[in-house]
Amino acid sequence: MKKLIPLADAVALIPDGASLLIGGFMAVGSPHRVIDELVRQRKRDLTVIGNDTARPGQGIGKLVVEKLVRKVITSHIGLNPETQRQMITGEIEMELVPQGTLAERIRAGGVGLGGVLTPTGVGTTVEEGKQTVEIDGKTFLLELPIKADFALIGAKQADYYGNLTYALTARNFNPLMAMAATTVIAEAEDIVPLGCIPPDTVVTPSILVDHVIAQEKRHG
Amino acid sequence: MDEKTLIAKRVALELADGDLVNLGIGLPTLVARYIPAGRHVFFQSENGIVGMSGPIAGAENPDLTDAGGNPISALPGAASFDSAMSFGLIRGGHLDITVLGGLQVDEEGRLANWMVPGKMVPGMGGAMDLVTGAKRVIVAMQHSAKGESKIVKRCTLPLTSVRRVSLVVTDMAVIEPTEKGLVLREVAPGVSVQDVLKATEAELIVPANVPEMALAA
Repeated sequence: MKKLIPLADAVALIPDGASLLIGGFMAVGSPHRVIDELVRQRKRDLTVIGNDTARPGQGIGKLVVEKLVRKVITSHIGLNPETQRQMITGEIEMELVPQGTLAERIRAGGVGLGGVLTPTGVGTTVEEGKQTVEIDGKTFLLELPIKADFALIGAKQADYYGNLTYALTARNFNPLMAMAATTVIAEAEDIVPLGCIPPDTVVTPSILVDHVIAQEKRHG
Repeated sequence: MDEKTLIAKRVALELADGDLVNLGIGLPTLVARYIPAGRHVFFQSENGIVGMSGPIAGAENPDLTDAGGNPISALPGAASFDSAMSFGLIRGGHLDITVLGGLQVDEEGRLANWMVPGKMVPGMGGAMDLVTGAKRVIVAMQHSAKGESKIVKRCTLPLTSVRRVSLVVTDMAVIEPTEKGLVLREVAPGVSVQDVLKATEAELIVPANVPEMALAA
């Protein structure tokens, strides 16, 4: 089992035009080294699915500023004027999704559900073009699952199998996204020996993770 | 006292001991400062924590922020979790109160607060889930903006939810949306019922007695 992979090699697996689930909430819990490497390798025409597009120089915001993104599926772009500008000029295609709905659509994608029924968005512009379902007299929207080619995960700890833990509010969408992609690439603050993460503490089981970014060599 | 402080001090009285509360960004975050002594309130931040408190200088942790990405702290007894759990709490009826800012509230008690077409399209973030799912929805906002009433007959901006909000607290009044319409419950210190009616586009139901707002210390 060879899960550890150099950063450049991991990002080289991602083709132009790929769809990416990227963890993080206002760049907290985002895989920062992977994002920087996407910029360095100039991966283009990306579809990015994430909670928000952070600020222009942060997290997913870096990909937007570098004009590497063709489509965004997200809940919030309010703190990134560059995303708003590219949306208005038509450079970026935008799908705005309520945050809780985004979480459940990704979860549905990862756990094999055909969709979720949510009351959120009923009677608003979010309802447009969607099927509604009535259950016990209450109206719900049918929201469809989201899956992607890659999930780019920011973790606190990884072991050599790829078991992952997360820290505090850096957890956010990461565990959901780790289930919903064909290929899962995780970047961790620390890589620890097997057995160091007790089974009860593992949040994302290693069988979901394809690659763990190797630590850079530290000199001196 | 400035208008935002006044609004925050009135909203603070709505928070009961043991409540789970989510405060939106901006004005609503001020409410946390004025919780009456002896009431323990749990604050949620939708990026994944219950039991948040303000930042502690020198102890900021890059993995511990509010939904705006600003540093916070976690009180003893806090819990952190993923976004599906966080919105499960919100949508599933586990959240007692959400306090949000508003752009418009109409006679049916419907809130618009997430976009101004052609001008401001920030995305709805968690607002639609919060307004749809919280047990009580409190709107904390200025009564008017640029001389125009924000309490309107019918929202012209895109709705956040069709759900009727529970209470609207402004710098002039406390208004309760009901099945029959918007009821004027309280007026701010130094503001008359006539002042409120004049500054409000929507029709208000005015009970015989409209007391002055009580405020948290």
